Amino acid sequence: MPSLPDMNTPNVEELAARAAKGQSHDPHLENVELKPAFFDWLCRMGDSTLILGHRVSEWCGKAPALEEDIALANTALDLIGHTQMWLGLAAEVEDAGRDADRLAYLRDAMKFRNLLIVELPKGDMAQTVMRQFLFDAWHHAMLTRLLSSTSPRVAEIAAKALKEVTYHLERSSDLVIRLGDGTEESNRRMRHALDILWPYTGEMFMTDSVDEAVAAEGIAPRADELRTEWVETVREVLDEATLDLPKAKADAQKGGKSGRHTEHLGFLLAEMQFLQRAYPGAEW
Amino acid sequence: MSKEWPLWEIFIRGQHGLNHRHVGSLHAPDAEMAVSNARDVYTRRKEGVSIWVVRSADITASSPSDKGPLFDPAEDKVYRHPTFYDIPDEVGHM
Amino acid sequence: MYAQMVKSEGGDAEATPEELAFQARIDRDEKIEPKEWMPEGYRKTLIRQIGQHAHSEIVGQLPEGNWITRAPTLERKAILLAKVQDEAGHGLYLYSAAETLGVSRDELLEKLHSGEMKYSSIFNYPTLTWADMGAVGWLVDGAAIMNQVPLQRTSYGPYSRAMIRICKEESFHQRQGYHIMMKMARGTPEQKEMAQDALNRFWFPSLMMFGPSDKDSVHSEKSMAWKIKINTNDELRQRFVNETVPQAEFLGLTVPDPELAWNEEKQGYDFSEPDWAEFFDVIKGNGPCNRERLATRKDAWDEGAWFRDGLTAHAEKSAKRRAAARHAAE
Repeated sequence: MPSLPDMNTPNVEELAARAAKGQSHDPHLENVELKPAFFDWLCRMGDSTLILGHRVSEWCGKAPALEEDIALANTALDLIGHTQMWLGLAAEVEDAGRDADRLAYLRDAMKFRNLLIVELPKGDMAQTVMRQFLFDAWHHAMLTRLLSSTSPRVAEIAAKALKEVTYHLERSSDLVIRLGDGTEESNRRMRHALDILWPYTGEMFMTDSVDEAVAAEGIAPRADELRTEWVETVREVLDEATLDLPKAKADAQKGGKSGRHTEHLGFLLAEMQFLQRAYPGAEW
Repeated sequence: MSKEWPLWEIFIRGQHGLNHRHVGSLHAPDAEMAVSNARDVYTRRKEGVSIWVVRSADITASSPSDKGPLFDPAEDKVYRHPTFYDIPDEVGHM
Repeated sequence: MYAQMVKSEGGDAEATPEELAFQARIDRDEKIEPKEWMPEGYRKTLIRQIGQHAHSEIVGQLPEGNWITRAPTLERKAILLAKVQDEAGHGLYLYSAAETLGVSRDELLEKLHSGEMKYSSIFNYPTLTWADMGAVGWLVDGAAIMNQVPLQRTSYGPYSRAMIRICKEESFHQRQGYHIMMKMARGTPEQKEMAQDALNRFWFPSLMMFGPSDKDSVHSEKSMAWKIKINTNDELRQRFVNETVPQAEFLGLTVPDPELAWNEEKQGYDFSEPDWAEFFDVIKGNGPCNRERLATRKDAWDEGAWFRDGLTAHAEKSAKRRAAARHAAE
């Protein structure tokens, strides 16, 4: 298991405590020129946690052991919580009368900005665990950088989320190692999962004009700056898991960040948004 | 049937707690996973707690007689608390 | 209830001195703890009852789990997921309590999967609309709580402690259900229609949860003497109806029972018996969802075998590696 960077910098607790209140003054929210890119970037964060949380929640009641069922639900709950914060802030930035729920439930697929890797079907536990790990390694690196964002609101959300994501990464790394090293079958399944997921990992590090705009303001790192740390974490864990780093192209599949999705997202949204779509304007 | 994960007894010392207290049991393949499962099952990840795990088979017991301890769910998951739901008084106790 | 029709194992033979002493302890409200002497009938009845209760919790995840991916807001999704997660936890606590009686969780699961052990009939009914998430929380959890609160005082220590923990965690379940019902009953005409429909479908199955009238049941008498059953089925059912009818009225919904009427004399409602033929049919496996529910659980278990085995194999390998390293160091 990789040794995780120390997250107990003195301001994390305080930052995290402020996240729920959402009242810190953030000059970036008044920057009209930045608005479209900032909004898009926040949707990338919130949509990725929303869709991954949805996929993980599909295991509820169907996991291989009760303990795992409960652990998966905790992860999904954390991710839904992050979604509320990211999309809540996105709605504030947009300032067009929408809220987190409207963003989640009333946008169509082409408006979603999540990474493709999170919308792939949950597959077996090997795919679920491997995806979680590949995502967590990125998520952890991203949130750690966001602690020093020039946007106090972003830094607060990151601090709150990082506490939970540190645990996600510990747990998913541990499971990857155990299942990779376990039986022949568990090793084969983990290899297979890695082969399926690998071509989707490159998208995490592709930097486009949105990333550049928020990076220029010091809100977030450029996406490609996270690659080295991610590769290091992944290499270390896969090595211990007796799994090889795939040779296939890591960036063969991309597009989620700009609204070009796989066929899977449409079905996921049809299910997730059903009630809001079927009964417009109703309160629940 | 393949081999069952062994049973572990879980002891937790809360943030302001004194001694570790027995909170229940769970199954896990080894001690490390028992600790992480205990975090998920018995603390719902509330921080600042210390967890001990002991294989149930390794416990030597007289006649036990401790009373069941209680644990609060994580503080920020307010929806786990009944008072989160505003139910009008007319409805009566729920 | 979650444990319906649990056959008790009390024999008719003359009580032995041990049995008399055991009964005296129970009568003094002492708790019986694992490894203490207990009649075989007490142990077997408890395994059956706690096991059935545990099975009900984990099968009970499914009808609500069915709506997690369709919950209408982020908050509702989180609440529902947290609730269904609690049910997994409650299953876990209860299996642990049963395990103190010398049966393993895997054995109990085998018996669930083979159909040898049952779970509550209520979970064989489908959840068809979002209002069912309200009705299940309000009625099904309401009925369950009715039974579980007194069981906190049950004579078997581990069972009693599990119930205390469960009751504490479960206190939000019924309220979140009622909260959904309030939103629906006061919402659009379509929402109100869904709410009424959910009440129509869940009313009688909820009354069935308490089990058939136990006027004639010897089993139930023995279980009550042992304090593993605290109230009669009829008492609890009456109490449930008395509490629930005003709650339905507050929602502006109609309880689907034309015979329902306040009886001043008994200070409770008169109401129609559920259709017991339907109840027995559901118990036998012919409810709308029996096959699906059991198949879902069984598939989850079978398809998870490689996962559980993989983790076991790693644990064994690393224990060996550690032992070898220690050996080398010596």
